[in-house]
Amino acid sequence: MLRLETRPTPSSTFVLASPLIALAATVAIGVMLFVLLGKDPVQGLQMFFWEPIKSPYAWSEIGIKATPLILIALGLSLCFRANVWNIGAEGQYILGAIFAGGIAMGATPDSPRAIVIVILVAGIVGGMMWAAITALLRDRFNANEILVSLMLVYVAEMVLSYLVYGPWKDPQGYNFPQTVTFAKPTQVPRLFAGLRLNIGLVIALFAVAGMTVFLFRLFRGVQALVGGLAPAAARYAGFSSRGALWTALLTSGGLAGLAGALEATGPLGQLTPYVPVGYGFAAIIVAFVGRLNPVGIVFSAILMSMFYIGGELAQSRMQLPKSITGVFQGLLLFTLLAADTLIVYRVRWKSTAGARIAGAKA
Amino acid sequence: MTAPPRLELKNISKQYPAVKANDNVSLTVQAGEIHAILGENGAGKSTLMKIVFGAVQPDEGSIAIDGQPVAIRNPHEAKAHGIAMVFQHFSLFDTLTAAENVWLGLDTGETLAQVSERIKAKAGEYGLPVDPARPVHSLSVGERQRVEIVRGLLANPKILILDEPTSVLTPQAVRTLFVTLRQLASEGCSILYISHKLDEIRELCHACTVMRGGKVTGFVDPTQETNASLSRLMIGADPPQLVHREATLGGVALEAIDLTVEPDSPYGVPLQHISLALRAGEVLGVAGVSGNGQQELLAALSGEDRRLKPGMLTLFGTDIARASPAKRRTLGLHFVPEERLGRGAVPMQSLAANTLLTRREPVKTLGWIDIKATHALASRLIERFNVKAGGSGAHAKSLSGGNLQKFIVGREIDANPKVLIVAQPTWGVDVGAAAQIRGELLALRDAGCAVLVVSEELDELFELSDRLVVIARGKLSPSIATRDATVEQIGQWMAGLFDRGDDPSTAEDAKKEAHHAAA
Repeated sequence: MLRLETRPTPSSTFVLASPLIALAATVAIGVMLFVLLGKDPVQGLQMFFWEPIKSPYAWSEIGIKATPLILIALGLSLCFRANVWNIGAEGQYILGAIFAGGIAMGATPDSPRAIVIVILVAGIVGGMMWAAITALLRDRFNANEILVSLMLVYVAEMVLSYLVYGPWKDPQGYNFPQTVTFAKPTQVPRLFAGLRLNIGLVIALFAVAGMTVFLFRLFRGVQALVGGLAPAAARYAGFSSRGALWTALLTSGGLAGLAGALEATGPLGQLTPYVPVGYGFAAIIVAFVGRLNPVGIVFSAILMSMFYIGGELAQSRMQLPKSITGVFQGLLLFTLLAADTLIVYRVRWKSTAGARIAGAKA
Repeated sequence: MTAPPRLELKNISKQYPAVKANDNVSLTVQAGEIHAILGENGAGKSTLMKIVFGAVQPDEGSIAIDGQPVAIRNPHEAKAHGIAMVFQHFSLFDTLTAAENVWLGLDTGETLAQVSERIKAKAGEYGLPVDPARPVHSLSVGERQRVEIVRGLLANPKILILDEPTSVLTPQAVRTLFVTLRQLASEGCSILYISHKLDEIRELCHACTVMRGGKVTGFVDPTQETNASLSRLMIGADPPQLVHREATLGGVALEAIDLTVEPDSPYGVPLQHISLALRAGEVLGVAGVSGNGQQELLAALSGEDRRLKPGMLTLFGTDIARASPAKRRTLGLHFVPEERLGRGAVPMQSLAANTLLTRREPVKTLGWIDIKATHALASRLIERFNVKAGGSGAHAKSLSGGNLQKFIVGREIDANPKVLIVAQPTWGVDVGAAAQIRGELLALRDAGCAVLVVSEELDELFELSDRLVVIARGKLSPSIATRDATVEQIGQWMAGLFDRGDDPSTAEDAKKEAHHAAA
């Protein structure tokens, strides 16, 4: 009989092994899925696990996808550790793109290069403001932040649609719902000639270092952590739960907004209704697969990017639906949550249940 | 040949990864016997009882009930064998009512209303007042325990296991409980009574098995033993003695002036016109039946409850009514809460990280945390207060209750507070650790600190305090010098029978009292 037994202390081995087990299970289930769909499983796996990393160009594409995922997931890791359930990073990302786009639209080919900084700051402000709505409603009226932040995603999508279908529509755009293509100086500097990878990745890696320091070395971060782990202890210590709420939401909103700004003025170069592609939601998975740890998030963001690119390749080369990406992402989170059981429990085979019974002499 | 024993354990062993909790333990309990299991924290009493209750499986050994060998694979089977257990750490769902909690554990197909009725009946029968409709989160520790005991009794058990049942009961409640237990025993129920309170065991129990370090060190008739002889069996040494020196009183340190706070939950207790003056160099004990406003008073004094009106609370003349706990700490007011895990310490963080809850020394400029300093501080506390822990990196959760309490009390004492407020300083703590904590508190008082102890253990208050007050239904009694106080009088006050408190008393009264106490 298979039995779960509580470990005396949570296993640190399985904290690290659990994501690997989850990945292996995801691959195994993926293989089954390919077979069931009548596709060559080897080719399928190749699409997801080899094609996306086989060349510098491929790595550059991974970096482009990983940048917003890392930035957003970093903010979410702070939120989740502080027990603030910000599910609306997608909305904060959109607002970041809108704010950045608003500035970028006004730029001309003669604008100074420094306008990039203004654009990125505008993106941060946009994301923060959107997250601040959630924080305010939670703080002032105790509104549930999960619902508020999630619903604000759809509001943000509407705001974006209104702008690109309405006042911001490119007059020369053949009536397509899109803004003008941003002028050259607004373009986020690229890292290597010929590759789309831009400085956003460097910013994201700095953010990783910054978040690591904040979470584990700064008193403010520790306060947020304690507030999430043991609210009564935080109250006892006198750590402000309001402070933690605002810090977490503003930080994660700002980072999501920055991701939106980088995306709008990086790979996209204009605003369309298709700015949101689900990075804000995928980053939730990234944050958890990365164990809410900044460094872990880098690896899980790379993995998630591989799924994105693999899904696109599977669509174009194997005629698989693009939603296969979502299936893989979902599988990974699902198997991870299952594998996490092993952190707190261990599996025991029980040949005979219960205590061994020796003959009792009455 | 007489009837087979009700319960017989033979050569039980249980190895945990770090420690051998039970080593070849044998135990025989007769029908209708109240059998004490005596031992310090960590002696293996709780593990042994969990084995009997099926919550833990032994590696070796056998169990027989009424002469029949049995395998108890889980608590459900234990219940089928007529075994009920009241755990030291309560297994109640906070969000459910008392009745719903009891209802969940039953599989008799009764309705919730029927269960509520039975709870009321059983509670009345055994003098354990429980309101079935109250949600558990609003109950004090003592009240939760009553729910657990009533839940155990509802099954009409053959064997009832009680793990440290009196830790939070008043003398009267302990008396009532003993009457209950004797009544149960006379009806033929066997009772396994886990405790480290020697007086209680000698008074109540028919037989006593003493454990130390996972092994049985003695099987005695407690009525024939002295506290000293039992203590020697239990800790292998004589019990430490407290030296209580004469108080040298200083000025008023902490003063509550007509402190009135509405409860923040429907089942909370309103604090009504509480005035008290705590002076440097004294220990003031606050007695009371659990659930009479202690939690509310402590939250108001510690700053966790921020709804005080300006002027209600002063510290060395500074108005701190609106100050946060952190601010109060910088002014010299430290607090040890009743709950250790989750409030006094973060369970899943290291002891080093837990120093940061109340200590700021490792926090440098710009909020930079000196990790090494947190470990150094934690190590110093472990050393100074003799905390048994796997180093400064050990999670708070991994410590036993007594050791975590030593760590938390030590963390506050080591901060050299000017005022220290302690709730239930030795709840569930073994004799050695309790004596050590009390000694530390007295040493702090001798060094000129003002100490306020809120406890539901009267013995402890009489041992520690220079003055006593009683809180009942959110009102505070006048204070009385401990040497003039009697258990009877305090017991009456605990029932709410004191005149003051109906009229709002002034700070002057409180001051006069302080002088009176000093005189």
